[in-house]
Amino acid sequence: MKAPDFSYVRPASLDEAIGLLVTHGESAVPLAGGQSLLTTLNMRLSAPELLVDISGLDELRGIDVDGGTVRIGALARHVDVATSPVVAEHLPLISEAMAHVAHVAIRNRGTFGGSLANADPAAELPACAVVLKATLVLAGPDGQREVAAGDFYQGLFETTRQGDELLVEVRVPVQPAGQLFAFEELSRRSGDFGIAGLAATGQLEDGGFADLRLAYLGCDDGPRLAAAVAAAVSGQGGPLDDRQIAEALRQDYEFSDVPGLSAATKVRLAAVLTRRALDRMRGAA
Amino acid sequence: MSDGSSDPTLPAGILDGDTAIGKRVPRESAKRLVAGRGRYVGDISLPRMLHLAFLRSPYAHAIIGDIDISAAAAVPGVTHVITGRQVAEVCAPLMGVAHHRPGHRSAPQHVMAVEKTCWQGEPVVAVLAESRAIAEDAAELIEVDWQDLPAVVDAADALSPDAPVLHAEMGDNLAFQFDVDTGDADAAFAAAHTVVEHDFRFDSQTPLTLEPRGLIADFDPSTGGITVHHSGQSPFQMQDILSENLGIPEHRVRVICPDVGGGFGLKVNVYGDEIAVAAISKIVGRPVRFLADRLESFVSDIHARDHVVTARMAVDADGAITAMEMDDLAALGAYGMARRFSVAEGMMAVTMMGAPYRFENYRARTRNVYVNKPLVGVYRGVGMPFACVAQEVLADKAAAALDMDPVAFRRQNYRRLDELPYTSPGGAKVDTASFAACLDKLTAAMDYDHLRAEQAELCGQGVWRGIGIATFIEQTAYGPPYYGPSLARISVQDGCTVKLEPSGKVRCITSITDQGQGTWTGIAQVVASSLGIPVDDVEIHAGDSATTPFGGGAWASRGMAIGGEAALKASLALRANILALAGAITQADPAKLALRAGEVVNMETGMASISLAEVGRVGYFRQDTLPGDFDVELTVTHNHAHNHQLYYTANGVQGAYVEVDIETGFIRLLGHWAVDDCGRIINPLMVDEQVRGGVVQGLGAALFEQCLYSEDGQLQNGTMADYLAPMAAEMPDIVVEHVETPEASTRLGAKGVGEAGTIGAIGVMWSAVNDALRPLGASIHHQPFTPERVLDALDRANAGSENGT
Ligand SMILES: Cc1cc2nc3c(=O)[nH]c(=O)nc-3n(C[C@H](O)[C@H](O)[C@H](O)COP(=O)(O)OP(=O)(O)OC[C@H]3O[C@@H](n4cnc5c(N)ncnc54)[C@H](O)[C@@H]3O)c2cc1C
Repeated sequence: MKAPDFSYVRPASLDEAIGLLVTHGESAVPLAGGQSLLTTLNMRLSAPELLVDISGLDELRGIDVDGGTVRIGALARHVDVATSPVVAEHLPLISEAMAHVAHVAIRNRGTFGGSLANADPAAELPACAVVLKATLVLAGPDGQREVAAGDFYQGLFETTRQGDELLVEVRVPVQPAGQLFAFEELSRRSGDFGIAGLAATGQLEDGGFADLRLAYLGCDDGPRLAAAVAAAVSGQGGPLDDRQIAEALRQDYEFSDVPGLSAATKVRLAAVLTRRALDRMRGAA
Repeated sequence: MSDGSSDPTLPAGILDGDTAIGKRVPRESAKRLVAGRGRYVGDISLPRMLHLAFLRSPYAHAIIGDIDISAAAAVPGVTHVITGRQVAEVCAPLMGVAHHRPGHRSAPQHVMAVEKTCWQGEPVVAVLAESRAIAEDAAELIEVDWQDLPAVVDAADALSPDAPVLHAEMGDNLAFQFDVDTGDADAAFAAAHTVVEHDFRFDSQTPLTLEPRGLIADFDPSTGGITVHHSGQSPFQMQDILSENLGIPEHRVRVICPDVGGGFGLKVNVYGDEIAVAAISKIVGRPVRFLADRLESFVSDIHARDHVVTARMAVDADGAITAMEMDDLAALGAYGMARRFSVAEGMMAVTMMGAPYRFENYRARTRNVYVNKPLVGVYRGVGMPFACVAQEVLADKAAAALDMDPVAFRRQNYRRLDELPYTSPGGAKVDTASFAACLDKLTAAMDYDHLRAEQAELCGQGVWRGIGIATFIEQTAYGPPYYGPSLARISVQDGCTVKLEPSGKVRCITSITDQGQGTWTGIAQVVASSLGIPVDDVEIHAGDSATTPFGGGAWASRGMAIGGEAALKASLALRANILALAGAITQADPAKLALRAGEVVNMETGMASISLAEVGRVGYFRQDTLPGDFDVELTVTHNHAHNHQLYYTANGVQGAYVEVDIETGFIRLLGHWAVDDCGRIINPLMVDEQVRGGVVQGLGAALFEQCLYSEDGQLQNGTMADYLAPMAAEMPDIVVEHVETPEASTRLGAKGVGEAGTIGAIGVMWSAVNDALRPLGASIHHQPFTPERVLDALDRANAGSENGT
């Protein structure tokens, strides 16, 4: 299908971009790498009147580390993040997750900020942002505000971002030395969105897990910490079996059937992935 | 004078000398297409051309009430809004029944729905506008008073007495039934030492060409003729249909197939929407372009392989197969496919079941039913994969039951060379074959014994690997006895014109089409070899019903087998004419002349006497120097069809090595081997890639591809994100080797190879995955083998063992 008619503008500054979003209200949407947005247009799933192409805003690029925080510009492309030495050194969880994000051609255009703003429940990066306690910096007509990733996600493709705000950068605390982490995902074909996956960080204390943070993708309508799983795993002396993990997962998330994949199978796969992630973390300790 | 060539009537060295035949010549179009110089239907724009978008039925089964087009017609840029009823006034309906299959029924299929729709995606209203985007905007504004009807989606439900009936005049949904009863199956099963059985389900698939369907129809009211640029496999079939359905004399219908991005059978089927585009051009008197987008491709392209099969095999204590049985139930979609008869899948399944093996008693049945889904058509492999899957899974089970190695079981039961030719109990005729030779080569290539040892060792460590073996026959290049009696106007002969240009270069005009296979390169090699010139000196022209010889086009793995033979005949005739002319010019005996490296050579002295360019110059510009009665014939056309040959029988064996993750149900492909016998290989590069591409399509079928329908007939995964096509990262290395048993009925000896990879790969995956699951007491029955289906299979096995069964 062809996209419905829309207008296109490529502002030269952040202020101009936000001004356009304010002026046009609901009918304008930001365009970053276009790897999600253009598909929805071509399938006529959305019909914005104005695309505000933010790709000219150089201040939204770049990846650097300052003290205990890594700053990733919203327009940093997947390929930039995946090959960044800063990310590899300080955010190894994200490095590991990047291997699962889309295919090369898509990574060459798709952006870190676009992925976080898009809030696809099957995407890898929102789950990582939640687990790593990232802070999202939003710029709007009244200046900038900061939102914790855990508060940002509100459900299926829904966030607390206002229509006239842009995500400008993401601040992620450096993963402390010795922190255990793992990213696990199952996708039918490499580069596909996962059918289930999780990002995990934690410590091992007295043979058990502590400070365990787990967020899943593909399991519910958005990334949220899986508190019941974390509690079950932390409280337990020896490793849990898949059935116990699945039980906890059901408390954390609402699994539903999708064509070709039942909720029951999904929970089962998520439990296997959880066990594998925890085993790997234990092994790394 | 023959230097080992099997055919003394051929000039020396053409087939087995150092000529272009047998060389790995790259595809002639590869560079051009990569350079962006391809010219597909979407690249062609005609003056005053309109763009068409269809409103398609959102329901699988519904009565069409009032249609309000007023809002759509009022959209600026829209020129016409045309309903199915208006199209029906100028265009006869299609009818998809085969006359030689008693009891085969269908209903007239209007090219656009008129009174009711029978599948989600059936075209209902056409919007013509200055751009496709405007046409789509307007199509959204059409209001139809739909009266939704209950739909039938699964073949298994279609014959139930309370199933909704698609075509009231038929009374029920049974399209066709065919029974086979050879020998005494009952007695053989009763007397068997061991009987094994398996049930199989195959989810429907769609072929997915890279370039979707499309055409530009340009009816000229001043001449009453129509020119159509069509992304199709057979311009001749399209010409014939347009002439018949639109009532335009055939010589006023010209169909041109420009570059076509993939076919796989999809584009040789007959699509109502395409005929409608031509009819609409006739109504509006302007060129009209329709390009299917990916979303409408999923609901309007053919679907295939929607089957439920049960099968049994009886063996004696020594491991000899004594009987087989097959019961096939196939969903055909909403109508019979005009000219291509969707019953082919079921017919091939039951006729080819067990064909490589020696057995005498056989009972089979195929029942074909209509359901509210897109039409089923011929797709790479057609019904051959079902036979391969069923016979190979049963062979594995029988071997396991007898504690025999599956390779040994197959070798023992293969038909021997001294049994050729034979007709299998299902009715498949096999002239030439090389089962055991292929198997020997395969087991060596894959190091079978080593893999078996490794499998056993890893099994002890909880790693579940499977080895698959699958033997198959590929019926290629169907001949006149196959289609003739069906009364379908399908031409199985092909023609080739070769023309010496004055400079000594050659143009070859073939009726064979090429959608990426590389057949044209192979044909150029045949011409070049026959005329003793480099391949680069041959230019191919094809894909135009007005300027090429009449023929079939591309389907059923026929391009080299038939078109290559026609090219050989034409080139040899041109060669003789060239030598005669050279003899006249040089006053030499033509019988003592040969063509080598662009020169006419005296065979006795080995000396070049005159160049081809000189022959061309004299032949075209200096006839005054020739004897008065000498006829110069430097353009020659020949055709080929073997009047009484049903098809050319190719065969092969594939092997696969897989690993099943029993926690996730994921299957990893560790290695794939294909040994194929497609007769004489004209271009090993093209043949290897045909096999590899076919294997990948077969792996897609076995592991990934499925059209998922809701109970009310809505396709639930009609996008490339949701319908999983196989991609490179998951594919194993595919080792391809060959055995060459030339086709006996032609001089070229080439058989087809287009479908071999797919047939064998589907069979070998069923064999391999079940082999991996066997020690766990599990088996898989439903394709594609999704993680969920693998886990379900393991759960069933566990439940069974817990219950003590
Ligand atoms: C075939 C395919 C496979 C893919 N596989 C994966 C995968 O496995 N995992 C995965 O995570 N993703 C996958 N993607 C999506 C890809 O990662 C996208 O790049 C990403 O989701 C969106 O980034 P983008 O820059 O392209 O955003 P766009 O498509 O331009 O925008 C997406 C949405 O976010 C909004 N937006 C973008 N940037 C901002 C901003 N700075 N501030 C406010 N709003 C903004 C837009 O308005 C829009 O609503 C896949 C995409 C395709 C086409």
